Amino acid sequence: MNKMSFLEIVRMALGSLGVNKLRSFLTMSGITIGVFSIIGVMTAVSALRSSIETGISFLGTNIFQFGKFPVTGGGDGSQRRRYQLRRDITLAQAMRYQQLMAGNPEVICLKAFDQEGNSQAVYNGRKTTPGLSFGGTNEHFLAANQFSIEQGRNFTTDDIELARPVILIGQGILKKLFLSESPLGKIIKIKDRTYTVIGTFAEKGTQFGKSQDDIGVVPLTRFLNDFGSERVTINIATQAPSQLAYNETIERAITAMRVVRGLKPEQENDFELYSNDSLIATFAKVADAIAAGSFVISGIALLAAGVGIMNIMLVSVTERTKEIGIRKSIGARKKNILIQFLLEAVAISLAGGVMGILLGVAGGNGLAVMLNASVIFPWNWAAIGLLVCSGIGVGFGFYPAWKAASLDPIEALRYE
Amino acid sequence: MSSSLNSVNTSSAGSLSGTAQRSYREPGPIVIEIEEVTKLYKMGEEIVHALRGVALTVRRNEYLAIMGPSGSGKSTMMNMLGCLDTPTSGHYHFTGKDVSLMSDDELADIRNREIGFVFQTFNLLPRSSSLQNVELPLIYAGLSPTARREKASQTLRAVGLGDRMSHKPNELSGGQRQRVAIARALVNNPSIILADEPTGNLDSKTGEEIMQLLEELYALGNTIIVVTHEEDIARHARRIVRLRDGLIESDLRQS
Repeated sequence: MNKMSFLEIVRMALGSLGVNKLRSFLTMSGITIGVFSIIGVMTAVSALRSSIETGISFLGTNIFQFGKFPVTGGGDGSQRRRYQLRRDITLAQAMRYQQLMAGNPEVICLKAFDQEGNSQAVYNGRKTTPGLSFGGTNEHFLAANQFSIEQGRNFTTDDIELARPVILIGQGILKKLFLSESPLGKIIKIKDRTYTVIGTFAEKGTQFGKSQDDIGVVPLTRFLNDFGSERVTINIATQAPSQLAYNETIERAITAMRVVRGLKPEQENDFELYSNDSLIATFAKVADAIAAGSFVISGIALLAAGVGIMNIMLVSVTERTKEIGIRKSIGARKKNILIQFLLEAVAISLAGGVMGILLGVAGGNGLAVMLNASVIFPWNWAAIGLLVCSGIGVGFGFYPAWKAASLDPIEALRYE
Repeated sequence: MSSSLNSVNTSSAGSLSGTAQRSYREPGPIVIEIEEVTKLYKMGEEIVHALRGVALTVRRNEYLAIMGPSGSGKSTMMNMLGCLDTPTSGHYHFTGKDVSLMSDDELADIRNREIGFVFQTFNLLPRSSSLQNVELPLIYAGLSPTARREKASQTLRAVGLGDRMSHKPNELSGGQRQRVAIARALVNNPSIILADEPTGNLDSKTGEEIMQLLEELYALGNTIIVVTHEEDIARHARRIVRLRDGLIESDLRQS
């Protein structure tokens, strides 16, 4: 005969939350933090992933690259050591590779970057911050890395062959050193060597939080002359002439690299090949690891928050013993009381969850925007988040609610 | 005594707070029938015999006072009559149904539809308005929001609180609070109104007003049981049952 509507109980439950606003808010914030961390990470990862899949490329079109180290720097200690023990890719090897691949494809970019990370450009008393990307390369750097010239000119083959002390600079250096004057023909100093500026790159912005504009490149030959070719390993980027020829070009390139490195047929490759695909796969692996990590942490946070909810609900049941007694005396069934308190727990948990989702989406997208990825709303994660929050509310709210429902009406009425 | 109000719950006009003259109505069919009821409590190691075999019959439209000193089993009797508790042995029939065999939920339904409680300490929900407090039994009875709003405000008007509907208990005087509690007890058309020391927390003048209100409800055909230890209060009833040591000492009608 008792058919109190669900809506009524919802109204009652929400009403009692408003009474203890601070307490409800504090309890809720535990859930918010847990949900925020998981949703934030998931949003950032999804945004990056979708950006990468739909456009942002690590490398230029149809480009693959050889190097001594894998792009992630190579796993744990023993693995890293294995990569370190590999022979460097020398200029002689790189040029031999160029010869073997000659004619087709046309774009082969060689590059070696300073690994010390303290490069600083100086001109007329003005300095850039240390930490420029500084290295040697050839005239194909632009095509292989999707840079373009804004002022001046690219390297010529003569610049490379004659190892001329010339330099192309990014907008970062340009803005720091040349306030209003033209940089072309000016001589700047990096690591105690002097270079004449022959061109500037158009602005690139940041990728993965690193500025692409704090860069200066000189001819590879010059770089090796100035800083020695010891302990320098060269990366070789090759652009296949077309999408169709891509796989075939990779096959030929691997063969050429094996010849250059003097490998016997039974030896495995002592170099890494990476392409957009392999970089995306690597990124996905890293992203999965981050996601899994944040899952565990959020899980623990949510568990703690759930215990908090149970605690506060137990307090609430004790405080409201009299109210429970009154409700029972005027005809509330056990089920009515149970659902009322259960819904209160769920409401706290869900409110925390909604707030966590909003903050997480905002935070994750903020991170994604900083990393040049597009903004997304992770519907599936939001839905899972709400589901999990309801589960926590029911799971941790059940015992207090059951306790409330089982109170003896006479005892409860007598409670002061 | 002829009142223009046939029943509180069908009247939308007028107030019950006036002065009613002492009337007597013939009792109707049996509402409550208790036979050989005992109730034992365990208090620590000790077993307390709160009721030791009580028999009582209450008919519709009776006005009954249950009296007795503390420890007489008065409270236990009240809890039992109000279906808050079940007897250890014996039988309790409420409008023919055996309450002693009922489940908690069935008892809750009886309390909801058949019994209207009036407590000494009012027992209103402190954060709810008068209207919300009176609506509460109707919510558990499953009435629609509009139906119960109408019924609750009608009942509040009938006890003279038409202008206090949105006030919370702490904005009301003691007498007004008890009127809200009486409206809450009445709102579901219960078979009996069970008042436990209804004037215990009120000054004598306000207490007298509340007793007048009960008098009017009786005149309108309600069945009223008042549990009290005050002779002045009990004198309003048409029948006085005195308890002592868990037994009925006397059961007297008075005019």
